[in-house]
Amino acid sequence: MPDSSRRQRLRQLVQEIAGKPAPEDDNESLFESGLLDSFALPDLVSAIEKEFAMMVPDSDLSPRKFDSIARMDAYLAEHSA
Amino acid sequence: MSAYLHAFGAYLPERVVANAELAERVGKTSEWIESVSGIQQRRWAEPEQTVAGMGVAAAENCLRKAGVSSDKLGMLIVASGSAARGFPGPAAEVADRLCLGSTPALDLPMASAGSLFGLALAMRLVETHGDVLVVASEKMSALVESDPNTAILFGDGAGAALVSARRGPWRMLDAVLHTDGQYRADLAFDGTGPLRMNGLAVIMQATRKIPASILEVLGLQNISVQQVSAFLLHQANLNLLARVAKSLQVGPEKVFANVQRYGNTSSASMLIAASEWSETNSDRGPIVFSAFGAGFHWGALVAAEA
Repeated sequence: MPDSSRRQRLRQLVQEIAGKPAPEDDNESLFESGLLDSFALPDLVSAIEKEFAMMVPDSDLSPRKFDSIARMDAYLAEHSA
Repeated sequence: MSAYLHAFGAYLPERVVANAELAERVGKTSEWIESVSGIQQRRWAEPEQTVAGMGVAAAENCLRKAGVSSDKLGMLIVASGSAARGFPGPAAEVADRLCLGSTPALDLPMASAGSLFGLALAMRLVETHGDVLVVASEKMSALVESDPNTAILFGDGAGAALVSARRGPWRMLDAVLHTDGQYRADLAFDGTGPLRMNGLAVIMQATRKIPASILEVLGLQNISVQQVSAFLLHQANLNLLARVAKSLQVGPEKVFANVQRYGNTSSASMLIAASEWSETNSDRGPIVFSAFGAGFHWGALVAAEA
């Protein structure tokens, strides 16, 4: 289930890493849109780990799981305690 | 038995290919290429130059620095991911051109992490084979010249290192090696091209696995990151080197970088970096080697003043 509060926190993280506002559409690819480059993604994942007090294992470090607000939200819904 | 690093060597082709030469081809500016990679120029081999030929040049440079003649070698290891032939690999030709007679010569058909794996193998083989020369040589331009997405990143060159059981400047303390084949399609070349690279996956994994393997090998020897004099890493991308320094919480000056001048020379890059570093640094504190590449293969090796 989408979590609006969690998505808001994710938007804030994306904005902090990118230095620009997160896209309006939660399904928009953060990379194809040019908002984040390949080196920003590891920073974003680290920020997510810190914000949500969790560890993302290397095996989950797939761009497919983190390239939009919606996908990050889904990942957190599945893996948050 | 202990293993020691005695000397490093390198060979870089003469032809300098600056970003401006590639910028138009890829539809970008020189500044954009530098911003995404840190690369300002790279070396490309001439059409007649081969992986084996460049490997021989680096080997001779290394042996000259070590003061060792090739007939004293007990084994040759040659890493390359860009050799033109399937078999025999370049090790046989390099061995022949170094006049090694029937000395065993082993190919490691590995790209970026090949020289690290070669050093780790040599560290264990000196006990039974005597002096082991590790060579890594790449003609990446032959793989990527027609591909605008990767042509900007790669360069050609070769590096070498002499490992011996005889006491030398650096004692090899420990090594950790890893492979995770589930990522084998994310960075691959099937022999006909183009080179396939899922840049996001490579960067995501490399930014974590390189620092993790460095901490793993240092932990085995109870050496802190702060004690390390220099990190001699696979030169994939200047931004990646900066991320590794940040992850390890060390100053960027501790992570040797020459990717700006040579581009990513795949397996050769770590030994080319070591060769340049050793020519300009007399500090014999602990040094750490680390590489990550196609496979994915990765790991780290630590050495310290003997």
